Amino acid sequence: MIEIINLSKSFTSSKVLDNLNLIINSGEVIVIIGRSGCGKSVLLKHIIGLIKPDMGQVIVDGNDMTRLEEYEMDKLRLSFGMLFQGSALFDSMTVGENVGFTLREHTDIPKKEIREKVANSLELVGLRGIENQMPAELSGGMKKRVGLARAICNRPKIILYDEPTTGLDPIMADAINDLIIDLNNKLNVTSIVVTHDMVSAYKIADRIAMLYKGKILAIGAPSEIKNTKDPIVKQFITGAAKGPITEDA
Amino acid sequence: MQEWIKDLGAKALRFFIYIGGTFNLMVGTVFQIFVLPFRRKEWINQMYKIGVMSFPIVFMVALFTGMVLALQSAYQLTKMNAQMYISSLVALSMLRELGPVLTALVIAGRVGASITAELGTMKVSEQIDALRTLATNPVKYLVVPRFLALCIMLPILTVYADFIGIIGGYLIGVYKLLIGSTIYWKMTFDTLAFKDLFTGLFKSLIFAMIICVVSCYEGFITEGGAEGVGKATTRSVVISFILIIAADCLFTALFYFIFP
Repeated sequence: MIEIINLSKSFTSSKVLDNLNLIINSGEVIVIIGRSGCGKSVLLKHIIGLIKPDMGQVIVDGNDMTRLEEYEMDKLRLSFGMLFQGSALFDSMTVGENVGFTLREHTDIPKKEIREKVANSLELVGLRGIENQMPAELSGGMKKRVGLARAICNRPKIILYDEPTTGLDPIMADAINDLIIDLNNKLNVTSIVVTHDMVSAYKIADRIAMLYKGKILAIGAPSEIKNTKDPIVKQFITGAAKGPITEDA
Repeated sequence: MQEWIKDLGAKALRFFIYIGGTFNLMVGTVFQIFVLPFRRKEWINQMYKIGVMSFPIVFMVALFTGMVLALQSAYQLTKMNAQMYISSLVALSMLRELGPVLTALVIAGRVGASITAELGTMKVSEQIDALRTLATNPVKYLVVPRFLALCIMLPILTVYADFIGIIGGYLIGVYKLLIGSTIYWKMTFDTLAFKDLFTGLFKSLIFAMIICVVSCYEGFITEGGAEGVGKATTRSVVISFILIIAADCLFTALFYFIFP
């Protein structure tokens, strides 16, 4: 379980997270929605300890990520996998080296076994035989999948997705959605997905949480969010240009 | 007036954040050297990229510098009929000053810029964040191999530059100014003392640390896409150049009093 308690973070001119509270249950797919730049990715980076908050706590299985030293956090991070918005593949390494990075760096598994696990992870995301290609040779969708294969290679317990469908064509975006659901079932992980793609959110989420002005404005099952009466949530999920969000901006 | 003070305050704050950041990176790097595992393969790879690939450019710069030095000193010394001292002048200038400083400037331009561009691109494309999420310390993984490679290769390149510079002086001295070959070598080695080589190498070690810490730090704080990478690279080279010259001045003065 992940507990986020009174989390606050400001950058030079603006308060991005403002006393945010959220509980994420083990094994669920929670989708965090909100406008671009509202702090969704910042929240995700707090969960994995990439950013230190100004105030508040992020408790992952009893460990407060905000108080750990970097080397202590590294041990916990091995139970995380993260898919970055731009995939963040290491461009000096081949696809195989990217996917097997954690196993190579943090385990004593023999090379042959690592190669097998890499092939297995690539197969889970629907890619085969591309271990020797360089990231520059891949399309956007393939990069996302390789990024996902890298995130799941050491079988994490929690997977964080930062806008997994952004920049992809609708067919590829749906393939990624299926992949997220599939991985959640096969690997029994907790998935935290940050997105503003509502099609994706409705499809994959067990629960949807809307982040607005640094706080969780609404949280509930996809059907509850769909039928919400809150005008702010309504404007966002329907994608209306006029409404309380834009009037308030 | 109030705006002016605010602006000054912000600049001072940025300056101290920069000093603190580079100092932190330096301490963190030295600490991480002793944390296992030792990445031998990456270290050797960096020694090749930083050191071996720099031999040609260092050769050109040092050779021409040695030749120019001989020609310029001949301009004055021949008037006093003292051209045989050209060899001593070239050797001393190369070992004590030009060898270490010119090599460091060349490496700051060639290697420092490339380190900042590489790390800066990794930063803006979230690869450094990705490293951290994969439980890998970016200082250990990226900075330590470059730091060790620079600290070993820059002094080696400096010795190489010293030697090539002397050869450049020799070519002008012997084939243009017609000083005898034997006397040229004798005058070269008679003048040199161990402290001349030592002070030069010590300075080059300091320059290596400056280049590594500045270029890596600039890479780590890069923001703002391709434009940010360009700006960080320029800043890295400019700051390295200034710090190299300033450190050279400081250590030359220091050695002047320690080894008079």
